[in-house]
Amino acid sequence: MRPETKMLSRAGLIAALALPLASCNMVVMSPSGDIATQQRDLIVISTILMLLIVVPVIFLTLLFAWRYRQTNKTAKYDPEWHHSTRLEVVIWSAPLAIIIALGSITWISTHTLDPYRPLDRISAEQPLAADHKPLTVEVVALDWKWLFIYPELGIASVNELAAPVDTPIRFKITSASVMNSFYIPALAGQIYAMAGMETKLHAVINKPGEYEGFSANYSGAGFSHMRFKFHGLDQAGFDKWVADVKGSGQALDKATYMQLEKPSIKEPVHHYATTDSSLYSAIVDMCVEPGKMCMSEMMAMDKGLICRIPEPTTAAREEKAIRPAT
Amino acid sequence: MTADWTSLLFGKLTLEAIPYHEPILVVTFIGVAIGGLAVLGALTYFRLWGYLWKEWFTSIDHKKIGIMYIVFAIIMLLRGFADALMMRFQQAIAFNGHEGYFPPHHYDQIFTAHGVIMIFFVAMPFVTGLMNFVVPLQIGARDVSFPFLNNFSFWMTVAGGIIVMISLFVGEFAKTGWLAYPPLSDIAYSPDVGVDYYIWGLQVAGIGTLLSGVNLIATILKMRAPGMSMMKMPVFTWTAFCTNILIVASFPVLTAVLALLTLDRYVGTHFFTNTDGGSAMLYVNLIWIWGHPEVYILVLPVFGVFSEVVSTFSAKRLFGYTSMVYATCVITILSYIVWLHHFFTMGSGASVNSFFGITTMIISIPTGAKMFNWLFTMYHGRIRYEVSMLWTIGFMVTFVIGGMTGVLLAVPPADFVLHNSLFLIAHFHNVIIGGVVFGVFAGINFWFPKAFGFRLNAFWGKMSFWFWLIGFYFAFMPLYVLGLMGVTRRMSQFEDPSLQIWFIIAAFGAFLILLGIGSFIIQIGYSIWKRDELRDETGDPWNGRTLEWSTSSPPPAYNFAFTPVVHEVDQWWFMKSNGYRRPLSGFIPIHMPKNTGTGAILGALSVVFGFAMVWHIWWLAIVSFVAIIATTIHHTFNYNRDFYIPADEVAAVEARRTQMLPAE
Amino acid sequence: MSANTSHNAQPSGELTFYLREEHHPEQSTMLGFWIYLMSDCLIFAILFATYAVLGHSFAGGPDAKELFDLKLVAINTAMLLFSSITYGFAMLEMEKGNKGLMLSWMVVTFFFGACFLGIELYEFHHLIGEGAGPWRSAFLSSFFTLVGTHGLHVTCGLVWMAVLMVQMNKLGITAANKRRMMTLSMFWHFLDVIWIGVFSFVYLMGVL
Repeated sequence: MRPETKMLSRAGLIAALALPLASCNMVVMSPSGDIATQQRDLIVISTILMLLIVVPVIFLTLLFAWRYRQTNKTAKYDPEWHHSTRLEVVIWSAPLAIIIALGSITWISTHTLDPYRPLDRISAEQPLAADHKPLTVEVVALDWKWLFIYPELGIASVNELAAPVDTPIRFKITSASVMNSFYIPALAGQIYAMAGMETKLHAVINKPGEYEGFSANYSGAGFSHMRFKFHGLDQAGFDKWVADVKGSGQALDKATYMQLEKPSIKEPVHHYATTDSSLYSAIVDMCVEPGKMCMSEMMAMDKGLICRIPEPTTAAREEKAIRPAT
Repeated sequence: MTADWTSLLFGKLTLEAIPYHEPILVVTFIGVAIGGLAVLGALTYFRLWGYLWKEWFTSIDHKKIGIMYIVFAIIMLLRGFADALMMRFQQAIAFNGHEGYFPPHHYDQIFTAHGVIMIFFVAMPFVTGLMNFVVPLQIGARDVSFPFLNNFSFWMTVAGGIIVMISLFVGEFAKTGWLAYPPLSDIAYSPDVGVDYYIWGLQVAGIGTLLSGVNLIATILKMRAPGMSMMKMPVFTWTAFCTNILIVASFPVLTAVLALLTLDRYVGTHFFTNTDGGSAMLYVNLIWIWGHPEVYILVLPVFGVFSEVVSTFSAKRLFGYTSMVYATCVITILSYIVWLHHFFTMGSGASVNSFFGITTMIISIPTGAKMFNWLFTMYHGRIRYEVSMLWTIGFMVTFVIGGMTGVLLAVPPADFVLHNSLFLIAHFHNVIIGGVVFGVFAGINFWFPKAFGFRLNAFWGKMSFWFWLIGFYFAFMPLYVLGLMGVTRRMSQFEDPSLQIWFIIAAFGAFLILLGIGSFIIQIGYSIWKRDELRDETGDPWNGRTLEWSTSSPPPAYNFAFTPVVHEVDQWWFMKSNGYRRPLSGFIPIHMPKNTGTGAILGALSVVFGFAMVWHIWWLAIVSFVAIIATTIHHTFNYNRDFYIPADEVAAVEARRTQMLPAE
Repeated sequence: MSANTSHNAQPSGELTFYLREEHHPEQSTMLGFWIYLMSDCLIFAILFATYAVLGHSFAGGPDAKELFDLKLVAINTAMLLFSSITYGFAMLEMEKGNKGLMLSWMVVTFFFGACFLGIELYEFHHLIGEGAGPWRSAFLSSFFTLVGTHGLHVTCGLVWMAVLMVQMNKLGITAANKRRMMTLSMFWHFLDVIWIGVFSFVYLMGVL
């Protein structure tokens, strides 16, 4: 299956590049991460499959339009001909056959490329070693910047992400305000970031380089600048990056986070040498602010697992506008 | 003290809400004001107010209401397209740190307004207008089932459009994207009135859409001429039927979900908030349960238009009528089980995603069958290249490309890299322009002579077609490329200078489309000017096939002097080839509904109510709401709603037509 | 349709292309109103679905067991069901052409409907007084909206009924009024059906 896939994708790529597009950087069609590469292959295969029917349709449309023009008296004219069981069978079964093929590909690829599924290979050529531990990155979408926390390393950074090449990365993604979408085209497909929830993404970068990352879901005034650089580094480079971050001296505790959370546009890159290890779960639980009840606690109460403390209800309606009116 | 007093009187409305500090809006306002005053002045000068009110605004004639829908859609198209031009212009220049002409808070309103207006106030009234005009004529009826309701529906649609238009000059529009996803659209993140304009505009228009859906279903089920079984209905009527079923079974969902959003914003409930148990994902699901059928609401009727056009201009029976009907019904049903493909990236499991991906692909099977049916209708035909037929060929080529990219987006892992990108934008413009817009223009060129008694000028029609077609490819093919370069939608500024060339090409395409729209306007104006040369006295300029071509152009108020008896799908073709002779005597009085101004009054009151709700002017909201109820009740006391057109009058109208027709 | 219009059975074998007399399509009001009711039903379906999704998100606030007073709701349900029966009686009297009795049954129906609304408003007032207003939690938001939307429909039904009583009184049992009475009947029974859904799905399942 794989060599054919590759050949097909090569053929597709050549076809695509034959157009005068060679000069532009189609990152979706030439990604650097294994997941995105498989997604690219899928685009190419699906397109070729569909072209099997689309090209004949366009060709026939133009052919019939030309051939049966009114001025062409040599063409056959049969005003009452309107039914042919044989043709009907063909016109229903031809698309059906394509869709059966495409549907099977969809079913399989959706399962193998499920962003929640841990990786089982580094790349087409390189299997995943059993003891190869993934790097965990906790991603928080803020108004309008990205916070990346490395729980295993105890560091964090804003608007800059780095990872060693050929190491599986496990992203845990949430948002502190509105819905965003975490997307690095060169690495893997996107996934939404939503407040009070966690989504996951597993991916790996295979080539060192500097890649674009951004929010792919409109989130308000600062959306256009909600971008970051993703550095794919070799192990030595990554270690150096971590050391640099650790040397920055700043600490990310809840108070710093409360400051960071305030809306800002074009936030410059900055690093945190240490992080509060409970911060990320508090963000997902929406209880970083002192005195706020955590969602998990609320849910436990709702299920009757713990008792409810009576609380003043009059203030419950007051909801603060998080953003100033622009 | 004064603050209390003004807020009681004006709610949140202050002088600050008038954007006199925004030069672009001030210039627009001056332009609109001068243009508007000129029109109003002309109407007054030529003493047309009485005529308009008596003959059009209060009319319950389905033909006039259909025409008014289309006029409304054309006006709104100009607004929606102006937004499109501004976006293309902004994106073509906002590079290298240049902010462009619009700061985000303005740009974000433009793309939201563009989407909302194009879908709800351009595409919807276009297709509703066509259905209103054509369906009763095709089924041999005198009018729709509920003529007053039809007038009321139209005015509610207009009222919704007016509420959205007011936001241009008083306050602002939503900055949330056309579906207003919470939490962004919640009061916490959008405290301004923009989302409120969005909500009330759509709610008011939604009532109109829903009721017109009920009306047309009842009409098609109950008002068909004797002999017309369901499987003898013209294909356009079939698609209209399925469309209206979709409307009735999906618009309530929109009404409900927007009502819940309203409560979140006005009462402080927690349906979609981040806090206290709300779920924004619920909103996303619900809005797309309406949103996906909505796409088919737009595209099914134009499939019907293409079916009529292709068989008329190929002078040949439609190939595979039965499979066409079944394909339409299958699409209708399937459109309800695909909604999740709009958010594969929300983290559903692989099995859920692939289920919705595969159901989406299945829709392409009946759609593909339809495509082949049109193809084989052309096969062994005698194709005349009138303007409608050009639009049809343009559609067939363009739409399959859009369909292909659509199926590509239905593959979840492919969607992960293409979702929310300009590839997606290119895809849905590919099907909406290539499908709906082309179909509407085909339909307008096709039925215009029926509505007005003269054809549209072909030269300007062809100009319009070529500008649109070429402009479309220039405007949207670059967006496919940009999507593959990883460019996201709704960006107001860019950092990567290598993208700029593609945006400039797209802007050029938009300019070509502008010429296309201009040519269309010229086409209408020129045709009115040269109407005597373009006059069609036969009532059947294209050698038509269905019943609407059997009556005069424009049809008399009662449509048919005698109710037709139907034997065939292509009944008029059948009549022409089986020695039909037009009856010249024996006319009888015809029972018709009376005009009423209630619909227009209710529409106007709804605008006031919507405006009052947007600005929290509670006293005005209460007053206008009570007035709406009172007007409605008052209307129910009017039992005198119909009259008879005397036989003499029918005879006179028919005699005039007899004189025009060539002697047989 | 009379004999000369049924085209295929023409003895002469000649095709008929039109009717020589006025064609009266069937009345579409009942069908149209039914379609409208189904669309309304869909609004309720969405509200039920919303309640199903959010009905357990108490946000640390009170839950259904603490809040609902089944006895009160049972009385309320009885009111609405009675009003449906009495509306049926009014319909029967209308069929007999008995205007006076029909109007009295309508008054009774109106009374039961108003009682239902009164009790519902009392319940809402009580809940809000306890700090369990619709802004307290997603559960309460969806509860108030579902039940309140039904109440709003009942209010519309009552207004309609009052207007129709005036019209019946003024013009008598005419064809137009009969049709209105029948559509209102459909509406009123529809609200009953919805309420039974609310009662079992929201109240019973919430408390039991």
